[in-house]
Amino acid sequence: MTKETGQRHPIRIYLVVWGLLFLVSALSYSTDFLDRGFWRWTLILLFMVLKAGFIVAVFMHMRWERLALMSVVLVPPVLLMVLVGLMTIESDYTRSMRIEHFETAIPGEAMPVVEREIRNRRPD
Amino acid sequence: MKTISEARGTLVTTLADDWGSDIATLKGVPWGKVMMWVFLVSDTFIFTCFLVGYMSVRMSTIEPWPNPSEVFALHAFGVSVPLLLIAIMTFILISSSGTMAMAVNMGYQRRKKAATNLILVTALLGAMFVGMQAFEWSKLILDEGVRPWTNPFGAPQFGAVFFMVTGFHGLHVSAGVIYLLTIAFRIRRGKYDESDFEIVEISGLYWHFVDLVWVFIFALFYLW
Repeated sequence: MTKETGQRHPIRIYLVVWGLLFLVSALSYSTDFLDRGFWRWTLILLFMVLKAGFIVAVFMHMRWERLALMSVVLVPPVLLMVLVGLMTIESDYTRSMRIEHFETAIPGEAMPVVEREIRNRRPD
Repeated sequence: MKTISEARGTLVTTLADDWGSDIATLKGVPWGKVMMWVFLVSDTFIFTCFLVGYMSVRMSTIEPWPNPSEVFALHAFGVSVPLLLIAIMTFILISSSGTMAMAVNMGYQRRKKAATNLILVTALLGAMFVGMQAFEWSKLILDEGVRPWTNPFGAPQFGAVFFMVTGFHGLHVSAGVIYLLTIAFRIRRGKYDESDFEIVEISGLYWHFVDLVWVFIFALFYLW
């Protein structure tokens, strides 16, 4: 390939991002000491997105690429959010059916109890 | 312009010619790098399917989901530290991403020796990661009795998700270690001396992707 290709950047930026990744990972690990609730889930997602952003933007050089390549790589995964949305609705429904027909629902800590589930629960 | 019958005579050559004709939509991006990115996007879809499947079973189960920070706790210094091994694995993988980024940098500076050594360090850290994962699996299978269809902690789907997601990721790391060793060996043999060492960046993309997937697994499976 020609001399213009390839990502050449000062070493400093890699070291800075490397350090930041360690820091964010430590913060991410510390969320395990929080109770399962709004703040724990928000912080987990925040640190996850930060780490992923650092890796893709700097280590994988995405921030220096042209828009043509950025869109090839970054747009399709965004569409996957549709799948996430659909499956949320679907599993919510499955759960409500299981509660209605098997009843042995134990108020688990896994997921916040959705309103429909309460609505669908048979009166004691 | 070749006719179809002419082209048929040299089927393999036309295939290579057509796909390798360098129609530069992605300007200044080496062909191999485009291919690696396309592969990584498809791999993103595979891992998303696993994670969405995990989300579905976890949301729809009416049995309590096992608490990962207890399941993966490790006894060290007389106390039970939650997710200790997983945290160490996370830091090892991040370290390896850093050494890989440095290798790419050294490659473009044509410092072959430094690039090769950094790739070898990356591969070593990757191998350490796989080793720790093997330890974690054997602990869960032999000591705790976790199976893809059952486990002593709660929702039976836990085992299926755990083995599928971490197993597939571990497979990627193992493949990456072999890939990196191959590249290091070929750099040392002088196979890329004519080039600009973009091969280091290409293999680096794969390695960073493996680290990237772990970020999501760590957050969504181990911490959630």
